[in-house]
Amino acid sequence: MSASTLRIALVGNPNCGKTALFNQLTGGRQKVANYAGVTVERKEGRFSAPSGRVLYVLDLPGTYSFDANSPDEQITRDVCEGVYPGEAAPDLIVCVADATNLRLHLRFVLEVKRLGRPVVLALNMMDAARRRGVVIDVPELQRRLGLPVVETVAVRRDGVKALIAQVDGEIPQAAPAQPDDADSRADLHAQVRALLAATVSMPRATAELDDALDRWALHPVFGLAILSVVMFLVFQAVYAAGKPVTDLIGDGFSWLGAHATAWMPAGPLQSLIVDGIFGGLGTVLGFLPVILVLFFFILVLEESGYLPRAAFLLDRLMVSVGLTGRSFIPLLSSFACAIPGIMGTRSITDPRDRLATILVAPLMTCSARLPVYALLIGAFIPTRRVFGVFNMQGLVLFALYAAGVLGAMGVGWVMKKLRRDRSEHALLMELPSYRLPKVRDVAIGLWERGMIFLKRLTGVILGLTVLMWFLSTFPAAPVGATGPAIDYSFAGYIGRGLQYIFAPLGFNWQISVSLIPAFAARETAVAALATVYAVGGDAANGAGLGQALAANFSLASALSLLVWFAFAPQCMSTLAVIRRETNSWRNVAISFGYMFVVAFIASLLTYQITSLLT
Amino acid sequence: MRLSDLPKGSPAVVDRVDDAHASDPIAQRLRDLGFVEGEPVRVVAIGPLGADPLLIQIGSTRFALRRSEAARVMVSAQVAA
Repeated sequence: MSASTLRIALVGNPNCGKTALFNQLTGGRQKVANYAGVTVERKEGRFSAPSGRVLYVLDLPGTYSFDANSPDEQITRDVCEGVYPGEAAPDLIVCVADATNLRLHLRFVLEVKRLGRPVVLALNMMDAARRRGVVIDVPELQRRLGLPVVETVAVRRDGVKALIAQVDGEIPQAAPAQPDDADSRADLHAQVRALLAATVSMPRATAELDDALDRWALHPVFGLAILSVVMFLVFQAVYAAGKPVTDLIGDGFSWLGAHATAWMPAGPLQSLIVDGIFGGLGTVLGFLPVILVLFFFILVLEESGYLPRAAFLLDRLMVSVGLTGRSFIPLLSSFACAIPGIMGTRSITDPRDRLATILVAPLMTCSARLPVYALLIGAFIPTRRVFGVFNMQGLVLFALYAAGVLGAMGVGWVMKKLRRDRSEHALLMELPSYRLPKVRDVAIGLWERGMIFLKRLTGVILGLTVLMWFLSTFPAAPVGATGPAIDYSFAGYIGRGLQYIFAPLGFNWQISVSLIPAFAARETAVAALATVYAVGGDAANGAGLGQALAANFSLASALSLLVWFAFAPQCMSTLAVIRRETNSWRNVAISFGYMFVVAFIASLLTYQITSLLT
Repeated sequence: MRLSDLPKGSPAVVDRVDDAHASDPIAQRLRDLGFVEGEPVRVVAIGPLGADPLLIQIGSTRFALRRSEAARVMVSAQVAA
């Protein structure tokens, strides 16, 4: 055996089943990272072939053409050509093609062949092709293409045997490299037609099942109804399965913190461990259940082929506010939490559309805003009936959700008007065949998302939580102090300083102080207000706190604070994930800046107008 | 006629893809995706809002194209056989 290792690159059109093949080959032995400087995922795995050779497999981003239109297509081309900095040229390229869709996929195979590198063609989804009566003359295809052709069924364990045997053997001879110009490019289609005519017989162009499902799923009325039902179920599941686990984790860490330090004398060190570290860990891990539940559904919808259908139905609506149909699912996820929403924008291939979606996602009313809304609405909004049917409190809550959505639409529209790049960005989206999602592919996808969140964000969020703890704990209250300890801390000073900025919004210094811990996690604003108003007892049920608030500030201030929470740049975890997903502090600054301005103006107007009216 | 004007369900074949402006990447991508002379196409579904985007069947593939994208594709209607 000449070499003990071999580097293989998997390439192919989107939806060719390449990633399922990659998962089947490498199992869990994968490393996911980003290519340097860009947010394109680099997935590498390895496996041992029967010969004992170790094969490194690189799963390159799906590509329709080497005439690259996006950063991920660019990377695929550069890696295949062996010119990507820091990436060794692959010893062998495995080009994956969907056997049910060769008219589209063979053209890219021909493009890959022209690179003049060793190539093996994997005809994937052979099971689906046989079911649909597609007959492929593989020996003839192999002869005409001049490269080894193997059949694969990525979703079955024994479906990749032939491919492993092929890549484990001799490396095939490379075809001579050919120039890439417009004429030869146009010629590729003619070659594909000739190949298809000689080697493939297909009883009908599409699967009957797809046609039948699409008649319903894309129907102008039923399609939207089905989409609403799907989304409704996703949200039910997030609140039924994700939320209770989140609460359990939060409570668990408080309990752990309290018990782990029971032997310690009360003091700054104990406080650091209980409130800073365990509190911070509780916050970080508390996001995990919601993220995993949401990603479970996103992955299932994506694998099944429904996601692009949803994008099809809503594209027009999203385009009108400067987004794309693909923005819809990430934005909807952001109603539970902006973090999985922003992580979910990876399914948007166009960088401009993706950034626009990331910037508006935090405006969706996430679940962490609810405790604050519930407290303030309960304390200030009377339970009056409006027009005999509507509950006033419910109306205000609805208005806050609507404010988030309208705000996002407004911001999207303004961004569309402001940006320098006015060029047309295409939808050009393939609607793949419906497929049953495979447990393995969903599990691997979930594991990756969970690890990305934990590995890349725990440090940042924990660090910031400890910083927040420090600010609200030091310096300690002097001996004999009467006010709550936070008054004397740095947070207290900052809050009193902020009060001059926030006075036009009707915020007193207590609210200003509570905004500082709210930056760590919105829901802590409730606890912080309880602390500054020195309300004893169970702050979580909010009854005592509600009375204290009602006695201390006006309706105008309360409405203004509600509006502030709807728009304000909060939750540093969201800002941390924006930094991670866009690889840019500039985008964090833009998010923070525009949300601050929008929140300030909206709260100012709310306070001033309400003050005039009441 | 333009693909964006083709009625839903009626068969047609592609004549060519026109560049909307010089070196139009969207037109080039459409050609790469198989919108080339002689290829049969059909509009299989139309978006529910503003009749946009269009779902185009070409070969075994279905692509969602916005109207502005489909307008680049020139087609000739075919009489159903």
